[in-house]
Amino acid sequence: MGVAKYVRDEKDAIKEVIYQSGIRVKTCYGPQDLDAVGFDYQKDLGDPGEFPFTRGIHPGGYRSRAWTTRQYTGFGTPEETNERFRWMISHGQTGLNVAFDLPTQMGLDSDDPRAEGEVGRVGMAVDSLRDFEIAFKGIPFDRIGSGLTINANATVMLAMYQAAAEKFGYAKEVISATPQNDILKEMVGRGAWIFPVEPAVRLVGDCIEYAAKELPRCNPVSVCGYHIRESGATPAQEIACALEIARAYIDNVAARGLSPEEFVGRFSFNLNVFGNLWEQVAKFRAARKLWARMLTEDYGVKNKKNLFLRGLFGGGGSGLTKEQPENNIIRSAYYALAAALGGAQTTALCSFDEAFTIPTPRAALLSLRTLEILMEEVGLRDTVDPLAGSYFVESITKQMEAKILEEMRRIQEMGGMVRAVAAGAIQREVSRQAYEFEKGLQNREIIKVGVNKYTEGEHPEVELHKYDEGWAKKQIKSLKALRKERNNREAVGTLKALKKSAAAGKNVMPGLVACCKAYATVGEMTGVFREVFGVWEEPSIF
Amino acid sequence: MEAKRRIRVLIAKPDLDGHDRGAKIIALVLRDAGMEVTYTGLHQSIDQIVHTAIQESVDVIGLSIMTGAHLSISRRLISRLKQEEMEDVKVVVGGVIPKQDINLLKEIGIAAVFPGGTPFSEITGSIQSLVNGG
Repeated sequence: MGVAKYVRDEKDAIKEVIYQSGIRVKTCYGPQDLDAVGFDYQKDLGDPGEFPFTRGIHPGGYRSRAWTTRQYTGFGTPEETNERFRWMISHGQTGLNVAFDLPTQMGLDSDDPRAEGEVGRVGMAVDSLRDFEIAFKGIPFDRIGSGLTINANATVMLAMYQAAAEKFGYAKEVISATPQNDILKEMVGRGAWIFPVEPAVRLVGDCIEYAAKELPRCNPVSVCGYHIRESGATPAQEIACALEIARAYIDNVAARGLSPEEFVGRFSFNLNVFGNLWEQVAKFRAARKLWARMLTEDYGVKNKKNLFLRGLFGGGGSGLTKEQPENNIIRSAYYALAAALGGAQTTALCSFDEAFTIPTPRAALLSLRTLEILMEEVGLRDTVDPLAGSYFVESITKQMEAKILEEMRRIQEMGGMVRAVAAGAIQREVSRQAYEFEKGLQNREIIKVGVNKYTEGEHPEVELHKYDEGWAKKQIKSLKALRKERNNREAVGTLKALKKSAAAGKNVMPGLVACCKAYATVGEMTGVFREVFGVWEEPSIF
Repeated sequence: MEAKRRIRVLIAKPDLDGHDRGAKIIALVLRDAGMEVTYTGLHQSIDQIVHTAIQESVDVIGLSIMTGAHLSISRRLISRLKQEEMEDVKVVVGGVIPKQDINLLKEIGIAAVFPGGTPFSEITGSIQSLVNGG
């Protein structure tokens, strides 16, 4: 029966429902339930756009502005990716979310032996500014914001984005980039980490500090509960981890003498929609409230706009199945509904073929159309926070808040997120939970349509994106040409200066912008950091 | 079969991909089935994997691959094992593996393939019979 624990009697009637976060759901809710959790409109909800923002960060919700659609896009060389970017925008997409290939995410040039077989495979290959100049050709930097899904070397890609924008004649003040830049979650799930925890968090802080001073429209970090949830965390743990990760980054930047008021307003969040609809909605509403409260109570932030939890609430890939893959189209539509009912500013869906590989244009377009149908056809823009006041939803939102706070306390007791991740404590716990979840699927305690129930019938083959090995050859050829054509002395000089500032503990961003403009490569720039910072050794968790 | 020796398995995450939920789950599955399991951690080169396999003197190497690069990675590992004269070590592959590639993997020398969602009992059973003869 979906992602929750359902206890039934012998006649198959449901006796008990327990959500993953541990909330017990009653058969029926009424006014007495709100009294039982001490519900207070002003304190717990407030009007939309008012503290604590449970009902959303804008007074008008989707009436003032529909969500931004940002499908994760990128593959092959910058040429292929640019073509796909323009195609998605021409079909109504309102933002970009750039997928980089693994060598780029790991800071390796396309001709590095370790990159073999992966160039352009799960995202776009990027070696130098020349590649950004191709990838973003014709993209209006002042109107289209770009999510850059890059973490360990987010500093490099943010610098490259600025360099590309300036190359195209845009002032850095008008560009809107959101590098994901959340290394702590990479260490829990997803795994694209390079440097040890401390310097890695410092680089996150460098992005935030630099953006606060130089890139007023950029969101220098997108704190991700998403991947931690994918790795096995419950919804309450997802939010607790995200908020505690955000705390680690705030503390890092505040220790440099900046006041949180100066930079927290540009934080964004990337949260997951997978599992029980009501639990997700309660999670998003509680998350907004807890973020605003944490910033006011723990950091003295006062400006209302700096208290907004702005987020991409995206359909979780782990909910999709290879079995009966077309079912994923329907699943994703409901995930998007949960995101809308939870008040997402930005959204994206995993496409129905993504249980196999990165999406075909047809599948990506279907995702986009799903999001458009929700906004344009079914009435989600009619009124703000339509579930507000529901005895049920408000009760579980309050309960969710308590569960998240409990999880946050546990992380604080471990010494905060930096220490918990360095010790492998979070990793150990979510892995164990992921194992229990899979056991639940295999013994049919958790029902997945087409996987362990209603499995009869066809499993239609779907057309899949195909990797073209020619992309790697083309990319390597272009990288070799770049190394010949660029001014090598200038590139080497900027890299030397970068090494100095990295070793001296100075903000690396200005040095990186200079490197990018001199066409230093991603491998060279990240290589400087590898030399200065070393490489992380994962804690053993078994 | 009355084999009582504990089967030793190395679960390995080759190359750059960091999606290790599946690898970690399988490590726990095999451990709960009574096997001795070592997990390499992320970003392992073929050399590192073979080195750990020698050190831990494993019977089975389980590769977890999500990116689509399973054919080239498997080829590289199998040929490296041959160089080391470690053909007796069985290699199994799990992850995002399209149906049409299963036979190709077996031709390369992969002993068993477990696409995502394979029942745990099938995985443990298959590894037990690979090692103990089935």
